[in-house]
Formats: sequence, structure tokens, C-alpha cells
Amino acid sequence: MTEFLQQLLNGLSLGAIYALLALGYTMVYGVLRFINFAHADVFMVGAFVGNYLGQRVPAGTFWGAAVVLLGAMTVCAVLGMLIERLAYRPLRDSPTLNVLITAIGVSLLLEYTGQVVFGAAPKPFPSVLPSRMFHFGSVEISSNQVVVIALSAVLLVGLRLFVQRTKIGLAMRAVSLNRQAAQLVGVNPNVIIAVTFAIGSALAGAGGVLYASNYPSIDPLMGVMPGLKAFVAAVLGGIGNIPGAALGGLLLGVLETFVGGSQFSTYKDAIAFGVLIAILLFRPTGLLGRATVEKV
Amino acid sequence: MRYAPHLALAFALLAAGLINHFADSIDPYILDVATNVGINVILAVSLNLVNGYTGQFSLGHAGFMSVGAYLSAAVSLFAGPHLLGDSPSFWAQNVFFLGALVAGGLGAALAGAVVGIPSLRLRGDYLALVTLGFGEIIRVILQNLDVVGGALGLNAIPYFTNIFWVVTWAAVTIFVVLCLVNSTYGRGFLATHDDEIAAASIGLNSTRYKIVAFVIGAFFAGIAGGLYGHFKMTITPTGFDFTKSIEIVVMVILGGMGQTLGVVLAAILLTLLPEFLRPVAEYRMIIYSALLILLMLMRPQGLFYLRPKRAALK
Repeated sequence: MTEFLQQLLNGLSLGAIYALLALGYTMVYGVLRFINFAHADVFMVGAFVGNYLGQRVPAGTFWGAAVVLLGAMTVCAVLGMLIERLAYRPLRDSPTLNVLITAIGVSLLLEYTGQVVFGAAPKPFPSVLPSRMFHFGSVEISSNQVVVIALSAVLLVGLRLFVQRTKIGLAMRAVSLNRQAAQLVGVNPNVIIAVTFAIGSALAGAGGVLYASNYPSIDPLMGVMPGLKAFVAAVLGGIGNIPGAALGGLLLGVLETFVGGSQFSTYKDAIAFGVLIAILLFRPTGLLGRATVEKV
Repeated sequence: MRYAPHLALAFALLAAGLINHFADSIDPYILDVATNVGINVILAVSLNLVNGYTGQFSLGHAGFMSVGAYLSAAVSLFAGPHLLGDSPSFWAQNVFFLGALVAGGLGAALAGAVVGIPSLRLRGDYLALVTLGFGEIIRVILQNLDVVGGALGLNAIPYFTNIFWVVTWAAVTIFVVLCLVNSTYGRGFLATHDDEIAAASIGLNSTRYKIVAFVIGAFFAGIAGGLYGHFKMTITPTGFDFTKSIEIVVMVILGGMGQTLGVVLAAILLTLLPEFLRPVAEYRMIIYSALLILLMLMRPQGLFYLRPKRAALK
């Protein structure tokens, strides 16, 4: 029982990070209907910005951590908007396949530029917050895990409120329903798409810093696996669906942690893809998604 | 004109035999590069059948290549000594190698069917991800199979690949793909690419076309894998990762999707390029990725788009 609770907690803190990343995929898919492959690498850039800032703020202070987190989120938001402006906007009316190939290109460009600029070897991540272990009976939880779960929850609720309660959020939902119709009622889709990229990338940046402080080593390819898994999480929850992405992330994180703790631990990385294939075969709309009819 | 492809194939086979006959007097470095070029041509042309002609974006070609490489290497390593003995004759060795290659190709084709039948119901980016996922699953399984060396891979594979087999298989791949696509049956691949719903409405079974393209593509990827394994003499699961798949995809896109001649040229160019770019080898992948983005923005039909009459990409 203790071990079960322990693994559940570990899984939730991993799942919270997947959820943050999955939101970016699902939001971009919602407005543009394509998989932003470069999202995982924005996550990586977030971790590296965190690394850069983390060495320059006093360790173990609250405002230092806030600077690191907000700095990473800002840089990633700008990076996300830049990618959208330079690579995706010129292809707005091209076939999906072309946009997809471009996204893969952007992803590889960030990864390999990262390898040249930062070096391919893994780097240690500075401990920004003081690390403490809490004990509940025999269950152990580190302060980092608490921060990851709490912060993810705050960001998720914040996003939910933003999308449901603000005017820009309303416009975002309108663009994702029907871009042309939204344009007709006075929404500028380019602005909304840029905002979507900024928010999604900022969440990825936050995810990058949180991931790096929980698994304290970073390298330019660190985003690939979490990115793919977060995408699976978005599909699992129903792509385009914000609560679905959060749910999918948590489920996948917990599942993966339990498999990692079992005798099949070497197959841990294959689990996410197995889930993806199963979901696409048996329930392609995901857990919370709704089926859409294809019109000719 | 009707027999032109068959004549070309016969000519290519003759040329392969001739080159092989004089292989001893050719610089080994050039032979090495030519072998790499040939293997990449097989990979790119076979992927082009799936990604280009049929329009199904697959990111798992390296996975099928690894299945073929492992299977044919395993045949050579485990069955070879029993069947061939200590000093096999020239013919026995090459007939055995052909068998090992075909076994690898058939294994990869089977893997292609297993992957394709469930996932080809999906489109575009979903299919890309599922094929990527399958490629990764194949890699994880190979890493965990102790029979084939686990993470260390297979070593001491006999050196059977020669320029004859490489040129022959490259010619056969191009021949099969071209004849298939230009046949009455093969027009269905193009129809599936152009408009799936319209193709279905005139009674074409687009799912079956996709699966056939996928299985044939996987077969030749397996053959290429077998040639690669018996050329490098050592294979590891990480040698067939996502990066390798991307490399093949870049060849197809650079050459122009659905343009066999362009894809062959792109495969040759992209294999030779790193040889000339040795001093800047660390920037190779940056150049590749920048090339992908620029191509999609400026020339989505590919660098070697030679026939303007058929709009490959709208």
C-alpha cells in the first residue's frame, strides 16, 4: 500500500509535467489542426533558460525561483511566437503535410542548434528551491514534487479561467471552432493564433524548468521523449480538449511510473506508444473528445 | 517504349555485374561511398512509394530497415555456418546471401503489414506519429531481446554485401516502384494521394492501396537493412532511430514527393554531401533541418521537380 501511494505520487508529479506540455499541443491543434512538433524543443529551451538564470539568482530563495520560472516562460513565449510567425504563418493555407514537415524541420533545427550551442553532453540543473523531504507515514515526497504538482494545478486552473472567462479566450474558442466564421465576426485569427502559441510555449517553458528541477540533468534532446509522451497524453484526453489534455497527462504519468517500477521497466518508453496505438484504434476521439463529421 | 523499363533493368543488372567484375581495380573508398549511395537510393525510393505516390506520411522507415537488418544478419550468423560450412563456394555464398536478404525483406514486410493494417486508417499527422511510435517500439524491443545482442547489437556479421548486390537491388527497387505506379492497378496509389474520398467514391479501396504501398515499402527497407548489416558488419538498435528515418524523409522531400528520378538524385546528393562536408560535420543536421523548412516555404514540390504537368502538391 505504501509503495502504491509512493508510486502514485511520483506518477502524479511526472504526469503534471506531461499535462503542462500536452496543453500546448492540444491548444495549437485546436486552432491550427496540426501537430506542433517543435513544442517539445521549446520545452528544452525553457529548461536551458532556467539553467542560465538559475546560476545567476541566489539559490533557495522564493523570488529567485520566481525569476527563473517567469524568465523561462517569457523567453519560450517569445520563441513560440517567432516560430509561428516565421515558419507556420507563411504556410497557413498549404496542405497539412507541408506544415507538418516544416514543424519537424523547426524541431530538428532547435535540437541540433542546441547541440552546437549548448554541447551535446548532459548538464546539471541548479537546485533553485531548497529541497526538503516530507514524510507522511512511510510515504516520502520531496518539496520539488509538491511544487511541481501545485504549480501545474495553478497554471491549469489559470488557463481554464483564461479560456472560459476572458474575451481573448472566447476568441480562441471561436477560432478553433471555425476560423472563417470567427473572422467574419471581427476576430483577427493571426493575433489569436500568436496568443495561443505564446501561452502554449510559456506553459512548455514552465514545464521545462519543473522537469529539469525534478530530473536534474538537461541536454538538447531532453525534450524529444517527454514531448512525444505529452502528445500521446493530448490524444488520450481528446485532442483539442483542454481538460482532456490535463487528464491524459496525469493518467499517462501515473501509468508510466507504475510500469517503470514493475518488472517490465525496460519497456517504459514503449508504453506511451502502445497507449497511443490502442487509443487511436479503439477510441480515436480520446477520452473526453467528441467525434466530428468530415465534410467534403 | 513498352519494354523500356525491362530493358533498363536488364541493362542495370549487366552494369552491376560489370562493375563488380572490375571492383578490385576501383578505389575501395569510392566503392564504400557507392555502396552507401545504393542503400540510400533503395530506402528513399521505397519510402517515396508510401510518402510520395500514396501520400501517407510515414516516419518509421528506419524501423522496418532495422527489422530487415536484424533478421538477415541473424540468418547469416545462426544458419550460415551450418549451411555454408567453412569455405563456401562463390555461388553458395551469394545464393545464401540472397536468401538471407529476402528473409529480412519478408520479415520487414510482415512488420509493415502488422503496423500498417491498424494505423493506416489514420491520416496525416496522426499516421506520422503512429509510425514514429512503432519505429520506437521496434527499437525498444530489439534493445530488450538478448538473442540479438540487446543494446550491444549484433557483431561480426559476415561481409557479404558487394557492389553487384547493391546496384542490383537499387535497380530492382526503382523498377518495381516505377512499373507498379505506372500500371493500371498502380494509378490507385496516385488517386489515393490526390483525393481519398473521390477515390473511394469511384470504387477504389484506398485502405488496401495504402497497405500494399506500406508493405512493399517495408520490404525494400528490409532489403536495404540487410545490405547495410552485411556491409557495416555490426548493427545496433540505436543505429536505426528517429534520425535515420528523418534522413530518408529529407531525401524524399528534397527530391520531390512522387518523383522517383528526383528522389534518386536527392539520395545520391545527400549521401555524397556529408563526404564533402566532413570539416563541418557537426552542422550537418542543422543544414538538413534548415533545408527542410526552406524547401517547404519556397519550393514545396522538391528541388528536382522535373515534370510540371502533374500537380503533386496543391
